[in-house]
Amino acid sequence: MPSQFSRSTCFSFLILFFVNISIVFAGTEKNSDEFDVNEMIMHHIKDSHEFHIMDINGHAVSFPLPVVLWTDNGLVSFSSSAFKHDDSGSVIVSRKGQDFIKYHEKIFYTNNNGSEKFISYDQNGNIINKKPIDFSITKMVFSMFISMILLVLIFVTTAKSYSNSRKGEPTGLGKFTEPLIMFIKDEVALPMIGEKNYHKYMPFLLTLFFFIWINNVMGLIPFFPFSANLSGNIAFTFVLAAITFVITTLVANKDYWKHIFWMPGIPVPMKLFLAPIEFLGIFIKPISLMIRLFANISAGHIIILSLISLIFIFKSLWLAPASLFFSVFISLIEVLVVAIQAYIFTMLSALYIGSAIEEHEH
Amino acid sequence: MDLVTPDIGLIFWTTVSFAILYFILAKFAWKPILGAVNEREKSIKDALSAAEIAKEEMASLKADNEKILNEAKLQRESLLKEAREIRSRIIADAESEAIEKANKLIESAKTAIENEKSAAMKELNNTVVDLSLNIAEKLLSKELDNKEKQQENIQEILENTKLN
Repeated sequence: MPSQFSRSTCFSFLILFFVNISIVFAGTEKNSDEFDVNEMIMHHIKDSHEFHIMDINGHAVSFPLPVVLWTDNGLVSFSSSAFKHDDSGSVIVSRKGQDFIKYHEKIFYTNNNGSEKFISYDQNGNIINKKPIDFSITKMVFSMFISMILLVLIFVTTAKSYSNSRKGEPTGLGKFTEPLIMFIKDEVALPMIGEKNYHKYMPFLLTLFFFIWINNVMGLIPFFPFSANLSGNIAFTFVLAAITFVITTLVANKDYWKHIFWMPGIPVPMKLFLAPIEFLGIFIKPISLMIRLFANISAGHIIILSLISLIFIFKSLWLAPASLFFSVFISLIEVLVVAIQAYIFTMLSALYIGSAIEEHEH
Repeated sequence: MDLVTPDIGLIFWTTVSFAILYFILAKFAWKPILGAVNEREKSIKDALSAAEIAKEEMASLKADNEKILNEAKLQRESLLKEAREIRSRIIADAESEAIEKANKLIESAKTAIENEKSAAMKELNNTVVDLSLNIAEKLLSKELDNKEKQQENIQEILENTKLN
């Protein structure tokens, strides 16, 4: 029941993202012995408590990551290897007098009703086990830390490279990174925010752009320690969109609020009509940011994995060249897409901030 | 719904990570990089405006030169004109002076000739008188030998006496 539930959800998402492929493997859904493409893709798209590297002779080789839980008895942490690669809720880990199981990459308390199974469902098939708050360093958090280290290395090196130059021209790594920084400055910050205030938001926009971009690119590299679908995770995009929302709301001037609640220059009935729409717009803007990045990056991962999975769906090696060709082709497009998505996210953030501090003359 | 339900743990870590990343990069990367870029842009702007000023100065210098040159040309022109005038005046003066002198010379020559002429006439008169007297004297001394002889004598005297 629960697996069916998750399958149907996943299935509906696939229809959303990639109709053709979902139809192709719809037939394989019922048989549990066969290679389950849906499960594989969803497993990849979602977060995980261990970093799976490869399988050797059916044994998973993975990089164990720390599990950090805020439980009823305080903070508990242990290595994810304690679950012994189990994801079906059958291995119990006991810490501080509490028993934990991992089921579909979620950590639950075991139920206390003494039955053989550790997971209980209500009549709708929903799990009723209690959950500790999970602050684990998951695959995505781990990937995010790597991206942070890379970013700091790259840009601190860039900053240092200016001391080697005679007249402030970029040297070394700066020759590569400076055009990107200048692009954000000249094509995003200046036109969207304006010459007067843009410099205040430059650090935010630059951090945002490179943080999204590097995580997008890292997601495209298909081996450890990359390949995590971090920027295609709704939590990640939610936080970035929320930061843009908070900044926009905090720096907004009187004009901005006036244009939302009492649009000047139009008749009163129209003002009353527009106010709720504009008010909703405050929230819809960051939500669209969140969903756009999430959907684009996830879709990219799903398409590439689906194309690779064609080999396993048709169980034919002859399909491999075509499958590889298409997945390489899509990967190349994705290289472009991830840069564009990072750019769009940054540009729209700048646009929203710019519209919030814009000074109208009328 | 799993896919679109934000996970609390990831939200927490993303927030923390982004905040840390923001502060590290803002302090150690963006500030020096943007500072260097702005400084460079400023120096380029300054250099450009300096070049603009130099260009303007050059242009004004050129205009000045042109002006000076024109003035010099005009001056030369006027000098030449003046010189030409002086020359023609000198020539004219010289001509008139020469004419005057020539006239004077002619005048004096005329007077001299006149004087000479009158002197010559006087001398001629005297000579003629002398001659006549001479002839008369000789005639008187050889008085009346014979007529023929007398005739011969006169002829001889006349022949000996050159009328000059």
